Amino acid sequence: MFVAGVDVGSTQTKAVVLDSEPNLVGRALVDTGAQLTDAAEQAFAIALAEAGVSRDEVATVIGTGYGRYRVDFGDTQVTEISCHARGAAFLFPATTSVLDIGGQDTKAIRVGEQGQVLDFCMNDKCSAGTGRFLGAASQALELPLGDLGDLALTARNPVKMTTTCTVFAESEILGWLALGRKVEDVLMGVHAAIASRSIALLRRVGIEPEITFTGGVSRNTAMVKLLEELVEGPINVSEESHYCGAIGAALYGLDRALMSAASETKGGLV
Amino acid sequence: MTLSAGIDVGSTYTKVAIVDEDGNVAARTECPTGYNFAHIAEQALTDALADGELERGEVAYVAATGYGRYMVPFRDLAITELTAHAWAVHQVFPDVRTLLDVGGQTAKAVRIDERGRVKAFRLNDKCAAGSGAFLEKTARYLGFTAADIPALTEEAAAPAEISSVCAVFAESEVINHLTSGLSASDICAGGVVALAGRSGQLVKRVKPEAPYALTGGLTRIPLMKRALEELLEAEVQVASDEFGVFAGSIGAALLGHQRLRKTAAPATAAA
Repeated sequence: MFVAGVDVGSTQTKAVVLDSEPNLVGRALVDTGAQLTDAAEQAFAIALAEAGVSRDEVATVIGTGYGRYRVDFGDTQVTEISCHARGAAFLFPATTSVLDIGGQDTKAIRVGEQGQVLDFCMNDKCSAGTGRFLGAASQALELPLGDLGDLALTARNPVKMTTTCTVFAESEILGWLALGRKVEDVLMGVHAAIASRSIALLRRVGIEPEITFTGGVSRNTAMVKLLEELVEGPINVSEESHYCGAIGAALYGLDRALMSAASETKGGLV
Repeated sequence: MTLSAGIDVGSTYTKVAIVDEDGNVAARTECPTGYNFAHIAEQALTDALADGELERGEVAYVAATGYGRYMVPFRDLAITELTAHAWAVHQVFPDVRTLLDVGGQTAKAVRIDERGRVKAFRLNDKCAAGSGAFLEKTARYLGFTAADIPALTEEAAAPAEISSVCAVFAESEVINHLTSGLSASDICAGGVVALAGRSGQLVKRVKPEAPYALTGGLTRIPLMKRALEELLEAEVQVASDEFGVFAGSIGAALLGHQRLRKTAAPATAAA
């Protein structure tokens, strides 16, 4: 038996397929774009292909993320907060705090021993300190998003960003360059601004080891380093951190599939 | 005749107005600010002189205002944009007691007295939600530019609801509206109404008194004035002939003349 989770984020859509162990057997990452249902379909199809599993073999599909209600082939929806908590606890069982930095929002979650949500906090009014801040930098500097972290790590004299707003940050970045500051120094300043805002959010739910960092920005090396400096300790990051929400969704799917299998068996006995 | 130039180096546009002793605008110009403030100030002044067929030597005084006022190397005076806007509005609408200036990156609500002096003010300069940048972003998501907004919003039948505060988050909302079949003009008009709502909140924080006036680049959008009027339940004055756009530079130039008269430097007599 297999289960799937589809996480339709504001920027990217992630899908995973798990077997009943559960092991991660397939994954997919596509840009969300304007057609959320298409993105969900496409991500699901790619994850199935990677797993070598046909659609009929998937017992449950759970949608999560900002576009979860557009996953019209899904059986049900679970909020991304629950899914990220569950996914983080799956990747790192000793997780207590989760920091998820995605394309448009940053979430801090305190997680219980079974991966349940104890408390959470997110920025939903303002995009400052989210992945979009890096997106603004990528646009202003005309550099691919994936290169920003490594380049920032070469900084020797980082700038101190003064703007909070993502829209104004773009102007500030160009302003620093106009003053002759090095690209890497400006970039490190941008990363530091996001890291400090994220930690402030995490403090509101309590920072306790182990801390697991998830979401697209968790693949950024400079961000991991800065966060580790700020919390004065190691932070869990996995190759699969980007898929954390989808993994959590699939795990909720597995619960559901196992429950319905159990009730069918019971039904058979009666 | 002695002329005075006002240079308003705004976050998005730099405006220059050259004003004669009687307070008439002899020339004016506007260009994008960019990042080299000193250069753009010089360029804008040169363009304004060319526009009015004037010589640099005829300009006896240069008053700089706006966000980049201290970066204008040839200024005789630097004035805050609040003072400059208040003074300009006071010349046209002497009764106005509350002024709202909405520009590219800031919004300012100013309460002024019967002599055109600033009594209280509130700024929004930390967040793009209350400024022209919010609308510019919205227009860009829709495939238009800032210059298209006035005409586009006049075509609107029913402004769409834009509930996101953040200009970045509004993008998702705009996309959702587009996919659900709303027209670009209704969505853009929704952006103007949302912006007017936030500006209105800023106005309420200065203990406003009627009559009201609107200045800044947003005066180019007729819907902005109407939406504010609905919100404040009062008329909002917008001067004709793009006065609102140049209010900062005109106010600065007028205050420059005043300063000139007071000091009456011998050098100006020669000019």
